[in-house]
Amino acid sequence: MRPFDYLAPTDAATAVRTVATNPTATYLAGGTNLVDHLKLGITHPDLLVDTAAITTAGITDHHGGLLIGAATRNSDIAADHRVRTRYPALAEALLSGASGQLRNMATAAGNPLQRTRCPYFQDATTPCNKRRPGSGCAAIGGHTRGHAILGASDHCVATHPSDMAVALTALDATLHILGPDGPRTLPCTDLHRLPGTDPTRDTVLEHGDLITAIELPHNPLARRSRYRKVRDRASYAFALVSVAAALETTDGIITDARLAFGGVAHKPWRAYRAEQALLGQPANDTTYRTAAEAELTDAQPLNGLDGGNSFKVPLLTRTVIATLRNLDQR
Amino acid sequence: MDHHRRVDTEITTRVDGVTRTVLVDTRTTLLDALRERLGTTSPKKGCDHGQCGACTVLLDGRRVLACLTLAVTTTGKDVTTADGLAPDGHLHPVQQAFLDNDALQCGYCTPGQVCSAVGALDELANGHPSHAGDVTTDPQLTRAEIAERMSGNLCRCGTYTNIITAVEQAARA
Ligand SMILES: Cc1cc2nc3c(=O)[nH]c(=O)nc-3n(C[C@H](O)[C@H](O)[C@H](O)COP(=O)(O)OP(=O)(O)OC[C@H]3O[C@@H](n4cnc5c(N)ncnc54)[C@H](O)[C@@H]3O)c2cc1C
Ligand code: SF4
Ligand code: FES
Ligand code: FES
Repeated sequence: MRPFDYLAPTDAATAVRTVATNPTATYLAGGTNLVDHLKLGITHPDLLVDTAAITTAGITDHHGGLLIGAATRNSDIAADHRVRTRYPALAEALLSGASGQLRNMATAAGNPLQRTRCPYFQDATTPCNKRRPGSGCAAIGGHTRGHAILGASDHCVATHPSDMAVALTALDATLHILGPDGPRTLPCTDLHRLPGTDPTRDTVLEHGDLITAIELPHNPLARRSRYRKVRDRASYAFALVSVAAALETTDGIITDARLAFGGVAHKPWRAYRAEQALLGQPANDTTYRTAAEAELTDAQPLNGLDGGNSFKVPLLTRTVIATLRNLDQR
Repeated sequence: MDHHRRVDTEITTRVDGVTRTVLVDTRTTLLDALRERLGTTSPKKGCDHGQCGACTVLLDGRRVLACLTLAVTTTGKDVTTADGLAPDGHLHPVQQAFLDNDALQCGYCTPGQVCSAVGALDELANGHPSHAGDVTTDPQLTRAEIAERMSGNLCRCGTYTNIITAVEQAARA
Protein backbone atom coordinates (compact mmCIF):
# COMPACT_ATOMS: atom_id res chain seq x y z
CA MET A 1 0.00 0.00 0.00
CA ARG A 2 1.39 3.41 -0.96
CA PRO A 3 1.81 5.88 1.92
CA PHE A 4 -0.92 8.49 2.19
CA ASP A 5 -1.79 11.52 4.26
CA TYR A 6 -4.93 11.52 6.33
CA LEU A 7 -7.01 14.61 7.03
CA ALA A 8 -10.16 14.90 9.13
CA PRO A 9 -11.43 18.37 8.17
CA THR A 10 -14.37 20.07 9.85
CA ASP A 11 -15.26 22.54 7.12
CA ALA A 12 -17.01 20.96 4.13
CA ALA A 13 -16.34 23.73 1.59
CA THR A 14 -12.59 23.69 2.35
CA ALA A 15 -12.53 19.90 2.15
CA VAL A 16 -14.29 19.97 -1.24
CA ARG A 17 -11.71 22.47 -2.56
CA THR A 18 -8.88 20.28 -1.22
CA VAL A 19 -10.14 17.17 -2.99
CA ALA A 20 -11.26 18.97 -6.17
CA THR A 21 -7.80 20.47 -6.70
CA ASN A 22 -5.86 17.29 -5.87
CA PRO A 23 -6.42 14.42 -8.34
CA THR A 24 -4.78 11.96 -5.94
CA ALA A 25 -7.08 12.82 -3.00
CA THR A 26 -10.15 10.76 -2.14
CA TYR A 27 -12.92 10.82 0.44
CA LEU A 28 -13.07 8.19 3.16
CA ALA A 29 -16.43 7.31 4.76
CA GLY A 30 -17.06 3.89 6.35
CA GLY A 31 -14.00 2.59 4.53
CA THR A 32 -15.54 -0.83 3.83
CA ASN A 33 -14.91 -0.51 0.09
CA LEU A 34 -12.04 1.99 0.00
CA VAL A 35 -9.80 0.32 2.60
CA ASP A 36 -10.29 -3.01 0.84
CA HIS A 37 -9.23 -1.36 -2.44
CA LEU A 38 -6.16 0.19 -0.82
CA LYS A 39 -5.11 -3.28 0.30
CA LEU A 40 -5.85 -4.82 -3.11
CA GLY A 41 -3.79 -2.13 -4.84
CA ILE A 42 -6.75 -1.05 -6.98
CA THR A 43 -6.43 2.59 -5.96
CA HIS A 44 -3.39 4.58 -4.79
CA PRO A 45 -4.46 7.90 -3.28
CA ASP A 46 -1.88 10.23 -1.71
CA LEU A 47 -4.47 11.80 0.57
CA LEU A 48 -7.55 10.48 2.37
CA VAL A 49 -10.06 13.11 3.44
CA ASP A 50 -12.32 11.72 6.16
CA THR A 51 -15.96 12.73 5.67
CA ALA A 52 -16.97 11.99 9.28
CA ALA A 53 -16.90 15.62 10.45
CA ILE A 54 -18.03 17.28 7.19
CA THR A 55 -21.20 15.24 6.70
CA THR A 56 -24.04 14.57 9.12
CA ALA A 57 -25.46 11.36 10.53
CA GLY A 58 -29.21 11.25 11.07
CA ILE A 59 -32.56 11.31 9.28
CA THR A 60 -34.85 14.34 9.32
CA ASP A 61 -38.37 15.01 8.04
CA HIS A 62 -38.16 17.01 4.83
CA HIS A 63 -41.09 18.35 2.72
CA GLY A 64 -43.19 15.30 3.60
CA GLY A 65 -40.29 13.00 2.73
CA LEU A 66 -37.01 12.24 4.48
CA LEU A 67 -33.49 13.64 4.30
CA ILE A 68 -30.78 11.10 5.13
CA GLY A 69 -27.44 12.63 6.15
CA ALA A 70 -24.50 11.24 4.13
CA ALA A 71 -22.78 9.85 7.23
CA THR A 72 -25.84 7.89 8.43
CA ARG A 73 -24.89 4.24 8.89
CA ASN A 74 -26.66 1.69 6.67
CA SER A 75 -27.93 -0.13 9.79
CA ASP A 76 -29.42 3.07 11.21
CA ILE A 77 -31.27 3.83 7.97
CA ALA A 78 -32.72 0.31 7.91
CA ALA A 79 -33.76 0.59 11.58
CA ASP A 80 -35.55 3.94 11.21
CA HIS A 81 -39.32 3.50 11.66
CA ARG A 82 -40.16 6.12 9.03
CA VAL A 83 -38.00 4.33 6.47
CA ARG A 84 -39.42 0.91 7.42
CA THR A 85 -43.05 1.98 7.08
CA ARG A 86 -42.89 4.63 4.33
CA TYR A 87 -40.04 3.22 2.17
CA PRO A 88 -39.85 -0.51 3.06
CA ALA A 89 -37.98 -1.37 -0.17
CA LEU A 90 -35.06 0.75 1.02
CA ALA A 91 -34.89 -0.93 4.44
CA GLU A 92 -35.14 -4.35 2.78
CA ALA A 93 -32.42 -3.52 0.24
CA LEU A 94 -30.04 -2.38 2.96
CA LEU A 95 -30.74 -5.43 5.14
CA SER A 96 -30.14 -7.78 2.22
CA GLY A 97 -26.64 -6.39 1.74
CA ALA A 98 -23.34 -7.25 3.42
CA SER A 99 -23.37 -8.18 7.15
CA GLY A 100 -24.36 -6.62 10.47
CA GLN A 101 -20.79 -5.42 11.09
CA LEU A 102 -20.42 -3.94 7.60
CA ARG A 103 -23.81 -2.21 7.78
CA ASN A 104 -22.72 -0.58 11.06
CA MET A 105 -19.73 0.90 9.21
CA ALA A 106 -21.08 1.61 5.72
CA THR A 107 -22.60 5.05 5.15
CA ALA A 108 -25.50 6.42 3.09
CA ALA A 109 -23.13 8.12 0.62
CA GLY A 110 -20.49 5.36 0.48
CA ASN A 111 -22.95 2.60 -0.38
CA PRO A 112 -24.15 3.84 -3.79
CA LEU A 113 -20.55 4.81 -4.63
CA GLN A 114 -19.10 1.35 -3.97
CA ARG A 115 -17.34 -0.08 -7.01
CA THR A 116 -18.02 -3.23 -9.01
CA ARG A 117 -17.27 -6.67 -7.56
CA CYS A 118 -16.06 -7.88 -10.98
CA PRO A 119 -13.32 -10.33 -9.89
CA TYR A 120 -10.95 -9.06 -12.59
CA PHE A 121 -11.40 -5.46 -11.46
CA GLN A 122 -10.45 -6.60 -7.96
CA ASP A 123 -7.36 -8.48 -9.18
CA ALA A 124 -4.75 -5.86 -10.05
CA THR A 125 -2.74 -8.40 -12.12
CA THR A 126 -5.42 -8.85 -14.82
CA PRO A 127 -6.37 -6.55 -17.72
CA CYS A 128 -9.30 -4.28 -16.86
CA ASN A 129 -10.41 -1.17 -18.71
CA LYS A 130 -12.10 0.16 -15.60
CA ARG A 131 -8.92 -0.04 -13.56
CA ARG A 132 -6.38 0.59 -16.32
CA PRO A 133 -7.87 2.27 -19.41
CA GLY A 134 -6.94 0.52 -22.66
CA SER A 135 -5.66 -2.65 -20.98
CA GLY A 136 -8.62 -4.72 -22.15
CA CYS A 137 -11.43 -6.54 -20.37
CA ALA A 138 -10.53 -9.90 -18.84
CA ALA A 139 -14.18 -10.68 -18.15
CA ILE A 140 -15.15 -10.85 -21.83
CA GLY A 141 -14.51 -14.48 -22.71
CA GLY A 142 -13.68 -15.20 -19.06
CA HIS A 143 -15.98 -15.78 -16.12
CA THR A 144 -19.15 -13.77 -16.68
CA ARG A 145 -21.69 -15.28 -14.33
CA GLY A 146 -21.97 -12.08 -12.29
CA HIS A 147 -21.82 -9.72 -15.23
CA ALA A 148 -24.25 -7.52 -17.17
CA ILE A 149 -27.04 -8.45 -19.55
CA LEU A 150 -28.20 -4.88 -20.18
CA GLY A 151 -26.36 -1.75 -21.33
CA ALA A 152 -22.84 -3.22 -21.43
CA SER A 153 -20.17 -2.30 -24.01
CA ASP A 154 -17.17 -3.92 -25.67
CA HIS A 155 -15.06 -2.10 -23.09
CA CYS A 156 -16.71 -3.30 -19.88
CA VAL A 157 -19.46 -5.74 -18.89
CA ALA A 158 -19.38 -5.15 -15.13
CA THR A 159 -22.44 -4.82 -12.89
CA HIS A 160 -23.05 -2.32 -10.13
CA PRO A 161 -23.14 -4.18 -6.80
CA SER A 162 -25.14 -1.89 -4.49
CA ASP A 163 -28.54 -3.10 -3.28
CA MET A 164 -29.35 0.26 -1.69
CA ALA A 165 -28.85 2.12 -4.99
CA VAL A 166 -31.45 -0.08 -6.70
CA ALA A 167 -34.06 0.89 -4.12
CA LEU A 168 -33.06 4.57 -4.31
CA THR A 169 -33.44 4.43 -8.10
CA ALA A 170 -36.93 2.93 -7.89
CA LEU A 171 -38.04 5.35 -5.16
CA ASP A 172 -37.02 8.50 -7.10
CA ALA A 173 -34.49 9.59 -4.47
CA THR A 174 -32.33 12.68 -5.01
CA LEU A 175 -28.72 13.30 -4.01
CA HIS A 176 -27.63 16.52 -2.37
CA ILE A 177 -24.13 17.36 -3.52
CA LEU A 178 -21.58 20.00 -2.53
CA GLY A 179 -19.18 20.71 -5.38
CA PRO A 180 -16.42 23.30 -5.81
CA ASP A 181 -19.05 25.63 -7.32
CA GLY A 182 -21.52 25.15 -4.48
CA PRO A 183 -24.47 22.89 -3.69
CA ARG A 184 -26.69 21.15 -6.25
CA THR A 185 -29.05 18.17 -6.48
CA LEU A 186 -29.01 15.13 -8.77
CA PRO A 187 -31.72 12.45 -9.22
CA CYS A 188 -30.38 9.02 -8.22
CA THR A 189 -31.60 7.71 -11.60
CA ASP A 190 -28.94 9.93 -13.23
CA LEU A 191 -26.05 9.16 -10.85
CA HIS A 192 -24.58 6.02 -12.41
CA ARG A 193 -23.32 5.75 -16.00
CA LEU A 194 -23.24 3.00 -18.56
CA PRO A 195 -19.65 1.97 -19.41
CA GLY A 196 -19.59 3.05 -23.08
CA THR A 197 -16.02 3.81 -24.14
CA ASP A 198 -14.98 5.06 -20.67
CA PRO A 199 -15.67 2.48 -17.96
CA THR A 200 -13.27 4.21 -15.54
CA ARG A 201 -16.13 6.46 -14.45
CA ASP A 202 -18.93 4.73 -12.53
CA THR A 203 -20.94 7.91 -11.98
CA VAL A 204 -21.44 11.41 -13.37
CA LEU A 205 -19.93 12.99 -10.22
CA GLU A 206 -16.90 15.22 -10.73
CA HIS A 207 -13.75 14.69 -8.69
CA GLY A 208 -14.25 16.56 -5.42
CA ASP A 209 -18.06 16.39 -5.40
CA LEU A 210 -19.19 15.57 -1.88
CA ILE A 211 -22.54 13.84 -1.33
CA THR A 212 -24.06 15.56 1.69
CA ALA A 213 -27.48 13.88 1.89
CA ILE A 214 -29.99 11.63 0.16
CA GLU A 215 -33.56 12.86 -0.14
CA LEU A 216 -36.52 10.49 -0.27
CA PRO A 217 -39.49 12.35 -1.77
CA HIS A 218 -42.99 12.21 -0.32
CA ASN A 219 -44.82 9.44 -2.18
CA PRO A 220 -47.59 7.25 -0.74
CA LEU A 221 -46.79 4.67 -3.44
CA ALA A 222 -43.48 3.95 -1.71
CA ARG A 223 -45.37 2.48 1.26
CA ARG A 224 -46.21 -0.44 -1.00
CA SER A 225 -42.66 -1.17 -2.10
CA ARG A 226 -40.42 -4.21 -1.82
CA TYR A 227 -36.88 -5.32 -2.55
CA ARG A 228 -36.21 -8.89 -3.57
CA LYS A 229 -32.69 -10.25 -4.02
CA VAL A 230 -31.63 -13.57 -5.52
CA ARG A 231 -28.15 -14.83 -4.66
CA ASP A 232 -26.02 -17.95 -4.34
CA ARG A 233 -26.59 -18.30 -0.59
CA ALA A 234 -29.26 -17.09 1.82
CA SER A 235 -27.19 -14.29 3.33
CA TYR A 236 -23.95 -12.31 3.00
CA ALA A 237 -23.65 -12.53 -0.80
CA PHE A 238 -24.04 -10.07 -3.66
CA ALA A 239 -27.10 -10.19 -5.93
CA LEU A 240 -27.27 -12.32 -9.05
CA VAL A 241 -30.38 -10.33 -9.84
CA SER A 242 -32.57 -8.12 -7.69
CA VAL A 243 -35.79 -6.16 -8.05
CA ALA A 244 -37.03 -3.03 -6.28
CA ALA A 245 -40.70 -2.46 -6.95
CA ALA A 246 -43.68 -0.36 -5.87
CA LEU A 247 -47.22 -0.98 -7.02
CA GLU A 248 -50.56 0.79 -6.76
CA THR A 249 -53.76 -0.91 -7.89
CA THR A 250 -57.42 0.18 -7.98
CA ASP A 251 -60.09 -2.51 -8.49
CA GLY A 252 -57.41 -4.90 -9.75
CA ILE A 253 -56.02 -2.44 -12.32
CA ILE A 254 -52.47 -1.09 -12.00
CA THR A 255 -52.55 2.67 -11.60
CA ASP A 256 -48.92 3.37 -10.70
CA ALA A 257 -45.67 1.40 -10.57
CA ARG A 258 -41.93 1.73 -10.00
CA LEU A 259 -39.40 -0.92 -11.01
CA ALA A 260 -35.62 -1.07 -10.84
CA PHE A 261 -33.24 -4.01 -11.33
CA GLY A 262 -29.91 -4.83 -9.71
CA GLY A 263 -27.14 -7.20 -10.75
CA VAL A 264 -27.84 -6.86 -14.46
CA ALA A 265 -26.12 -3.65 -15.59
CA HIS A 266 -23.32 -1.15 -14.93
CA LYS A 267 -25.91 0.90 -13.07
CA PRO A 268 -29.07 0.27 -11.08
CA TRP A 269 -31.47 -0.30 -13.97
CA ARG A 270 -34.67 1.72 -13.78
CA ALA A 271 -37.16 -0.31 -15.86
CA TYR A 272 -39.16 2.51 -17.46
CA ARG A 273 -40.36 0.32 -20.29
CA ALA A 274 -41.73 -2.29 -17.89
CA GLU A 275 -43.40 0.42 -15.81
CA GLN A 276 -45.20 1.68 -18.92
CA ALA A 277 -46.28 -1.87 -19.78
CA LEU A 278 -47.85 -2.26 -16.32
CA LEU A 279 -49.98 0.89 -16.31
CA GLY A 280 -53.69 0.35 -16.92
CA GLN A 281 -53.32 -3.42 -17.03
CA PRO A 282 -54.89 -6.00 -14.70
CA ALA A 283 -52.64 -6.91 -11.76
CA ASN A 284 -51.82 -10.52 -12.67
CA ASP A 285 -48.88 -12.72 -13.62
CA THR A 286 -49.50 -12.33 -17.35
CA THR A 287 -49.16 -8.57 -17.07
CA TYR A 288 -46.05 -8.87 -14.89
CA ARG A 289 -44.41 -11.28 -17.35
CA THR A 290 -45.22 -9.06 -20.34
CA ALA A 291 -43.72 -6.07 -18.51
CA ALA A 292 -40.51 -7.92 -17.60
CA GLU A 293 -40.15 -9.20 -21.14
CA ALA A 294 -40.68 -5.70 -22.55
CA GLU A 295 -37.72 -4.48 -20.50
CA LEU A 296 -35.55 -7.46 -21.40
CA THR A 297 -36.04 -7.44 -25.19
CA ASP A 298 -32.63 -5.77 -25.52
CA ALA A 299 -30.90 -8.13 -23.07
CA GLN A 300 -27.55 -9.46 -24.35
CA PRO A 301 -26.40 -12.33 -22.17
CA LEU A 302 -22.69 -13.18 -22.24
CA ASN A 303 -20.96 -16.44 -22.99
CA GLY A 304 -18.27 -17.39 -20.54
CA LEU A 305 -15.88 -20.05 -19.32
CA ASP A 306 -18.28 -20.61 -16.44
CA GLY A 307 -21.34 -21.06 -18.68
CA GLY A 308 -22.05 -17.35 -18.96
CA ASN A 309 -25.00 -15.42 -17.63
CA SER A 310 -27.97 -16.22 -19.90
CA PHE A 311 -29.68 -17.64 -16.79
CA LYS A 312 -30.23 -14.06 -15.63
CA VAL A 313 -32.95 -13.42 -18.25
CA PRO A 314 -35.45 -16.04 -17.00
CA LEU A 315 -34.32 -15.53 -13.39
CA LEU A 316 -34.98 -11.81 -13.53
CA THR A 317 -38.32 -12.35 -15.29
CA ARG A 318 -39.45 -14.71 -12.55
CA THR A 319 -38.16 -12.40 -9.83
CA VAL A 320 -40.13 -9.49 -11.28
CA ILE A 321 -43.31 -11.60 -11.38
CA ALA A 322 -42.83 -12.88 -7.82
CA THR A 323 -42.07 -9.42 -6.42
CA LEU A 324 -45.08 -7.75 -8.05
CA ARG A 325 -47.42 -10.61 -7.14
CA ASN A 326 -46.28 -10.37 -3.55
CA LEU A 327 -46.86 -6.59 -3.53
CA ASP A 328 -50.34 -6.94 -4.98
CA GLN A 329 -51.21 -9.36 -2.18
CA ARG A 330 -49.72 -7.18 0.57
CA MET B 1 -3.26 23.28 3.27
CA ASP B 2 0.22 21.79 3.53
CA HIS B 3 1.05 18.62 1.67
CA HIS B 4 4.05 17.03 3.31
CA ARG B 5 3.00 13.47 3.98
CA ARG B 6 1.92 12.98 7.59
CA VAL B 7 2.29 9.24 7.56
CA ASP B 8 2.96 8.64 11.25
CA THR B 9 0.08 9.79 13.37
CA GLU B 10 -0.46 9.54 17.10
CA ILE B 11 -3.77 8.05 18.16
CA THR B 12 -5.31 7.80 21.61
CA THR B 13 -7.92 5.09 21.88
CA ARG B 14 -9.54 3.31 24.82
CA VAL B 15 -8.92 -0.40 24.38
CA ASP B 16 -10.74 -2.77 26.73
CA GLY B 17 -11.14 0.00 29.28
CA VAL B 18 -7.54 1.27 29.19
CA THR B 19 -6.54 4.48 27.39
CA ARG B 20 -3.71 3.72 24.99
CA THR B 21 -1.59 6.15 22.96
CA VAL B 22 0.41 4.85 20.05
CA LEU B 23 2.13 6.17 16.93
CA VAL B 24 0.71 4.48 13.83
CA ASP B 25 1.33 4.72 10.11
CA THR B 26 -1.84 6.06 8.43
CA ARG B 27 -2.08 2.76 6.53
CA THR B 28 -2.40 0.69 9.71
CA THR B 29 -5.76 -0.96 10.30
CA LEU B 30 -7.28 -1.12 13.75
CA LEU B 31 -6.76 -4.89 13.61
CA ASP B 32 -3.00 -4.55 13.03
CA ALA B 33 -2.72 -1.76 15.62
CA LEU B 34 -4.41 -3.97 18.21
CA ARG B 35 -2.50 -7.13 17.43
CA GLU B 36 0.93 -5.84 16.40
CA ARG B 37 1.28 -2.62 18.35
CA LEU B 38 -0.85 -3.01 21.46
CA GLY B 39 -0.54 -6.75 22.09
CA THR B 40 -4.31 -7.26 22.06
CA THR B 41 -4.51 -10.51 20.11
CA SER B 42 -8.06 -11.67 20.77
CA PRO B 43 -9.38 -10.20 17.48
CA LYS B 44 -8.14 -12.53 14.73
CA LYS B 45 -7.08 -11.96 11.14
CA GLY B 46 -8.97 -14.38 8.92
CA CYS B 47 -9.34 -12.79 5.48
CA ASP B 48 -8.25 -9.16 6.08
CA HIS B 49 -10.90 -8.11 3.50
CA GLY B 50 -14.16 -7.85 5.42
CA GLN B 51 -15.38 -11.30 4.43
CA CYS B 52 -15.09 -13.51 7.53
CA GLY B 53 -15.83 -11.56 10.71
CA ALA B 54 -12.88 -12.99 12.70
CA CYS B 55 -11.68 -9.43 13.46
CA THR B 56 -15.03 -8.22 14.87
CA VAL B 57 -14.74 -5.77 17.78
CA LEU B 58 -17.15 -3.33 19.41
CA LEU B 59 -16.40 0.29 18.47
CA ASP B 60 -18.27 2.69 20.76
CA GLY B 61 -20.49 -0.31 21.56
CA ARG B 62 -21.32 -1.36 18.00
CA ARG B 63 -19.89 -4.37 16.18
CA VAL B 64 -17.54 -3.48 13.33
CA LEU B 65 -14.71 -5.11 11.38
CA ALA B 66 -11.27 -4.08 12.65
CA CYS B 67 -9.61 -5.13 9.37
CA LEU B 68 -11.45 -2.48 7.35
CA THR B 69 -11.17 0.25 10.00
CA LEU B 70 -8.14 2.53 9.72
CA ALA B 71 -6.56 3.02 13.13
CA VAL B 72 -6.27 6.81 12.58
CA THR B 73 -10.06 7.06 12.52
CA THR B 74 -10.43 5.58 16.01
CA THR B 75 -8.84 8.32 18.06
CA GLY B 76 -11.06 9.26 21.01
CA LYS B 77 -13.14 6.13 20.54
CA ASP B 78 -13.79 3.12 22.70
CA VAL B 79 -12.75 -0.33 21.45
CA THR B 80 -13.90 -3.52 23.19
CA THR B 81 -12.49 -6.88 22.13
CA ALA B 82 -13.60 -10.32 23.31
CA ASP B 83 -10.82 -10.04 25.89
CA GLY B 84 -12.35 -6.88 27.31
CA LEU B 85 -15.77 -8.54 27.64
CA ALA B 86 -14.31 -10.63 30.48
CA PRO B 87 -12.64 -8.19 32.88
CA ASP B 88 -10.78 -10.07 35.65
CA GLY B 89 -11.70 -13.35 33.96
CA HIS B 90 -15.41 -12.85 34.70
CA LEU B 91 -17.09 -14.30 31.61
CA HIS B 92 -19.71 -12.33 29.71
CA PRO B 93 -23.05 -14.24 29.41
CA VAL B 94 -22.38 -14.71 25.68
CA GLN B 95 -18.96 -16.23 26.41
CA GLN B 96 -20.44 -18.51 29.07
CA ALA B 97 -23.15 -19.61 26.62
CA PHE B 98 -20.51 -20.48 24.00
CA LEU B 99 -18.78 -22.72 26.56
CA ASP B 100 -22.04 -24.26 27.79
CA ASN B 101 -23.12 -25.16 24.26
CA ASP B 102 -19.84 -26.31 22.72
CA ALA B 103 -20.11 -23.45 20.23
CA LEU B 104 -16.49 -23.73 19.10
CA GLN B 105 -13.99 -26.22 17.88
CA CYS B 106 -10.57 -24.73 17.00
CA GLY B 107 -11.64 -21.39 18.49
CA TYR B 108 -10.11 -19.17 15.83
CA CYS B 109 -13.39 -17.50 14.86
CA THR B 110 -14.69 -17.41 18.45
CA PRO B 111 -13.57 -13.96 19.66
CA GLY B 112 -15.15 -12.44 16.56
CA GLN B 113 -18.29 -14.55 16.99
CA VAL B 114 -18.60 -13.45 20.60
CA CYS B 115 -18.22 -9.73 19.85
CA SER B 116 -20.61 -10.07 16.94
CA ALA B 117 -23.19 -11.86 19.12
CA VAL B 118 -22.97 -9.15 21.80
CA GLY B 119 -23.53 -6.50 19.12
CA ALA B 120 -26.30 -8.48 17.43
CA LEU B 121 -28.22 -9.01 20.68
CA ASP B 122 -27.95 -5.33 21.43
CA GLU B 123 -29.35 -4.52 17.95
CA LEU B 124 -32.18 -7.01 18.48
CA ALA B 125 -32.99 -5.51 21.89
CA ASN B 126 -33.15 -2.08 20.23
CA GLY B 127 -35.69 -3.39 17.71
CA HIS B 128 -33.40 -3.31 14.68
CA PRO B 129 -34.92 -5.39 11.88
CA SER B 130 -33.08 -8.00 9.79
CA HIS B 131 -33.48 -9.73 6.44
CA ALA B 132 -35.03 -12.72 8.27
CA GLY B 133 -38.15 -10.80 9.33
CA ASP B 134 -40.74 -8.30 8.10
CA VAL B 135 -39.25 -4.79 8.32
CA THR B 136 -42.61 -3.27 9.17
CA THR B 137 -42.96 -5.23 12.44
CA ASP B 138 -40.74 -5.69 15.50
CA PRO B 139 -38.21 -8.52 15.23
CA GLN B 140 -38.64 -11.70 17.26
CA LEU B 141 -35.91 -13.82 18.81
CA THR B 142 -35.94 -16.86 16.53
CA ARG B 143 -33.17 -19.16 15.33
CA ALA B 144 -33.64 -17.84 11.79
CA GLU B 145 -33.16 -14.28 13.07
CA ILE B 146 -30.00 -15.26 14.93
CA ALA B 147 -28.57 -17.11 11.92
CA GLU B 148 -29.20 -14.13 9.64
CA ARG B 149 -27.74 -11.64 12.14
CA MET B 150 -24.62 -13.80 12.64
CA SER B 151 -24.09 -14.45 8.90
CA GLY B 152 -21.12 -12.08 8.78
CA ASN B 153 -19.10 -14.50 10.94
CA LEU B 154 -17.79 -17.56 9.18
CA CYS B 155 -16.65 -20.68 11.04
CA ARG B 156 -14.44 -23.09 9.12
CA CYS B 157 -15.11 -25.75 11.77
CA GLY B 158 -18.83 -25.47 11.06
CA THR B 159 -20.07 -24.94 14.60
CA TYR B 160 -22.98 -22.82 13.38
CA THR B 161 -25.75 -24.90 14.93
CA ASN B 162 -24.26 -24.64 18.40
CA ILE B 163 -23.42 -20.96 17.94
CA ILE B 164 -27.10 -20.25 17.28
CA THR B 165 -28.06 -22.21 20.39
CA ALA B 166 -25.48 -20.30 22.44
CA VAL B 167 -26.67 -16.91 21.23
CA GLU B 168 -30.27 -17.95 21.92
CA GLN B 169 -29.32 -18.96 25.47
CA ALA B 170 -27.47 -15.70 26.07
CA ALA B 171 -30.43 -13.71 24.78
CA ARG B 172 -32.79 -15.41 27.23
CA ALA B 173 -30.36 -15.16 30.16
C1 LIG C 1 -17.69 -8.84 2.40
C2 LIG C 1 -18.57 -7.74 1.88
C3 LIG C 1 -19.84 -8.02 1.46
C4 LIG C 1 -20.66 -7.02 0.96
N1 LIG C 1 -21.92 -7.32 0.53
C5 LIG C 1 -22.70 -6.35 0.00
C6 LIG C 1 -23.99 -6.64 -0.53
O1 LIG C 1 -24.45 -7.78 -0.50
N2 LIG C 1 -24.72 -5.62 -1.05
C7 LIG C 1 -24.24 -4.34 -1.10
O2 LIG C 1 -24.95 -3.45 -1.59
N3 LIG C 1 -23.03 -4.03 -0.62
C8 LIG C 1 -22.25 -5.02 -0.08
N4 LIG C 1 -21.00 -4.70 0.37
C9 LIG C 1 -20.46 -3.37 0.10
C10 LIG C 1 -20.76 -2.34 1.17
O3 LIG C 1 -22.16 -2.11 1.21
C11 LIG C 1 -20.01 -1.07 0.75
O4 LIG C 1 -18.64 -1.32 0.88
C12 LIG C 1 -20.40 0.13 1.61
O5 LIG C 1 -21.76 0.43 1.48
C13 LIG C 1 -19.56 1.35 1.22
O6 LIG C 1 -19.83 2.41 2.13
P1 LIG C 1 -18.66 3.08 2.98
O7 LIG C 1 -19.27 4.19 3.76
O8 LIG C 1 -17.90 2.06 3.74
O9 LIG C 1 -17.78 3.67 1.79
P2 LIG C 1 -16.20 3.90 1.63
O10 LIG C 1 -15.52 2.61 1.40
O11 LIG C 1 -15.68 4.79 2.70
O12 LIG C 1 -16.24 4.75 0.27
C14 LIG C 1 -16.72 4.21 -0.94
C15 LIG C 1 -16.52 5.26 -2.04
O13 LIG C 1 -17.38 6.37 -1.85
C16 LIG C 1 -16.64 7.58 -1.80
N5 LIG C 1 -17.36 8.42 -0.82
C17 LIG C 1 -17.70 8.09 0.43
N6 LIG C 1 -18.44 9.05 1.00
C18 LIG C 1 -18.57 10.04 0.08
C19 LIG C 1 -19.25 11.31 0.07
N7 LIG C 1 -19.94 11.75 1.13
N8 LIG C 1 -19.20 12.04 -1.07
C20 LIG C 1 -18.50 11.61 -2.16
N9 LIG C 1 -17.83 10.44 -2.19
C21 LIG C 1 -17.88 9.65 -1.08
C22 LIG C 1 -15.24 7.18 -1.38
O14 LIG C 1 -14.27 8.09 -1.85
C23 LIG C 1 -15.11 5.83 -2.07
O15 LIG C 1 -14.74 6.00 -3.42
C24 LIG C 1 -20.17 -5.70 0.91
C25 LIG C 1 -18.88 -5.40 1.35
C26 LIG C 1 -18.07 -6.40 1.83
C27 LIG C 1 -16.70 -6.06 2.30
S1 SF4 D 1 -16.01 -6.16 -16.87
FE1 SF4 D 1 -15.30 -4.04 -16.52
S2 SF4 D 1 -14.52 -4.16 -14.45
FE2 SF4 D 1 -14.58 -6.29 -15.17
S3 SF4 D 1 -12.58 -6.70 -16.16
FE3 SF4 D 1 -13.94 -5.94 -17.76
S4 SF4 D 1 -13.46 -3.73 -17.79
FE4 SF4 D 1 -12.76 -4.48 -15.81
S1 FES E 1 -10.29 -10.47 9.07
FE1 FES E 1 -11.74 -8.86 9.10
S2 FES E 1 -13.46 -9.78 8.19
FE2 FES E 1 -11.95 -11.33 7.91
S1 FES F 1 -14.33 -22.86 15.77
FE1 FES F 1 -12.83 -23.20 14.22
S2 FES F 1 -13.29 -21.62 12.82
FE2 FES F 1 -14.95 -21.52 14.14
